[in-house]
Amino acid sequence: MPLVLDPPKNAAGQALPVGPLSSTKKRRATGDQVFHGLVAGSAGTIPLIAVAMLALLGVASMECFRTQGLAFFLKQDWDPVHGSYGMLAFAYGTLASSLIALLIAGPVGVGIALAITEFTHPKVRELAAWLVETLSAIPSVIFGLWGMFVLAPLMRSHIEPLLTRIPGPFFREAGTGLSLLSAGLVVSIMILPTVMAVCREVFNAIPVSMRESAMALGSTRWESVRLAVLAPSMPGIIGALILAMGRALGETMAVTMVIGNRAEISSNLLAPSDSLASAIANQFTEATTSGHLSALAALGFVLFLITMILNMAAQGLVWLVKRRVGA
Amino acid sequence: MSAFQYKVEPRRARMDKLMRGLCWGAVCLAILPLLSLLYMVISKGWHRLDLDFFIHLPRPVGIAGGGLANAVVGSIELVGLASLFGMPIGIAAGIYLAEFNSTRFAKSVRFSADVLSGVPSIVTGIFAYQLVVAPLHGFSALAGGFALGLMMIPLIARITEEVVRLVPIGLREAALALGIPRWKTIVPVVVRTAASGIATGLLLAATRAASETAPLLFTAFNNQFWPSSPMQPTASLTVQIFTYAISPYDEWQDMAWTGALVLLLMVLAASLASRLTMSRNRPMQL
Repeated sequence: MPLVLDPPKNAAGQALPVGPLSSTKKRRATGDQVFHGLVAGSAGTIPLIAVAMLALLGVASMECFRTQGLAFFLKQDWDPVHGSYGMLAFAYGTLASSLIALLIAGPVGVGIALAITEFTHPKVRELAAWLVETLSAIPSVIFGLWGMFVLAPLMRSHIEPLLTRIPGPFFREAGTGLSLLSAGLVVSIMILPTVMAVCREVFNAIPVSMRESAMALGSTRWESVRLAVLAPSMPGIIGALILAMGRALGETMAVTMVIGNRAEISSNLLAPSDSLASAIANQFTEATTSGHLSALAALGFVLFLITMILNMAAQGLVWLVKRRVGA
Repeated sequence: MSAFQYKVEPRRARMDKLMRGLCWGAVCLAILPLLSLLYMVISKGWHRLDLDFFIHLPRPVGIAGGGLANAVVGSIELVGLASLFGMPIGIAAGIYLAEFNSTRFAKSVRFSADVLSGVPSIVTGIFAYQLVVAPLHGFSALAGGFALGLMMIPLIARITEEVVRLVPIGLREAALALGIPRWKTIVPVVVRTAASGIATGLLLAATRAASETAPLLFTAFNNQFWPSSPMQPTASLTVQIFTYAISPYDEWQDMAWTGALVLLLMVLAASLASRLTMSRNRPMQL
């Protein structure tokens, strides 16, 4: 990005000549020190919050890890009355709905990013970028509302009867419309802006000359895009998908409203399920025992760790592409 | 066209057409649910959208009328509380990142800001619960504002960093050449130049905060009455929409759609406003 102006290191203060009076010199030093302390202190709160969040969630989930042990990760039985907690069913719902979302939003998002960056006029490009931004600003509770009252009835009356004709384990039995598949569909719309925005950034980082070289060799528009744009930005696209996966895993409200909230593991995508985030949202205010609270905090802790790792991986990949194309 | 018209084999030409078509098909596929969402929110929400919505408390099921005035006020209070602590820290952190950008510390701050902005909002809610709700023994607007503020900080910091960096280096050098101390070049010169960009970022962050539901569920909780003190459970538009949506009553579900319409209009207005300020105040080029 040649537009970003990095302040050169000599602007750090020391290298520049200061005024002739020693008294002003002193005053300056203190003013600068106070200012530096102020902004650096504020900046310091960010890593502090991150570390505090990790630590506090870890401490809060300690009780659960101690009483449940490894079984917490391996069993599906979630029974607050008898103090037995296993996250498997929730983890399955989270993972399955996110994967469905990614399978849809991935190709569609990349396609839209290509249409916007490669196959259209710059004016349209700006408008489209703004539309995408607006889409990402729509509150998740509104997506949930739409999913509950528009998508779910549509699924129940029209789409599920069609899908059940497909043989195989995924569409065994039609349900109420509140299902893993509906949740995946709603989340796919919600993570679309993430996929598009990151892909756009990656595609834009690739120099125009590369596309032109491909065209000069006689390739069609699509061939030039495939060879000069898609191929070198593969790690970036994967990064975008991972980032979107992180968003999908943590999505709470829309999923809670559409997934059906029944913690069961079933290969039938038309069956209701439950997710880590919805379990927290639904049960946290109702949890009365410390064991229950701790188990919910443990779900949050797991969610935090997964999204953190995914984010780090995604950023690494996007950074890799940008460095490789030398933008 | 040029004299060197190059004839592409039909198979490749077809592939080209097909792939371009697929890309545009993807665009249509994405627009479809978006249009449906906008249409439903408007058509189902508008008939309850009147003055009552903004001045009356919610009424029990079966009693006509009523509004969500307390939730609107509550949302404003929560976002206000969040801004009070999120904005100054976020802006200052952003200035640090832009002006002292190559230090090791800056890198770790940037890294944690990226990590934090990827944290699911419900997790932030648990954090605020442990830190504020549990010690104070009760849900409160304070806790909700804290949770929202936490989410604002990394967002504001990164946006501020971006716009402050766009300020031409010549401006800094000119100020420093006059013998002005560093902080006086940064605050009145650099930051003021970037002010409209920062304002856009603040608006964006406030809108994001106002559209959050998950972190409020067990921090600010909900309330059927006017917000009285920051130490009390407080209603918000988003939580109220959620509560009404999952209720079995038609009237409440209608109200949820109206709430959604109000929220959506707010979000769209903010997005439009930020778009306008952005295009009007392009950072000047030196």
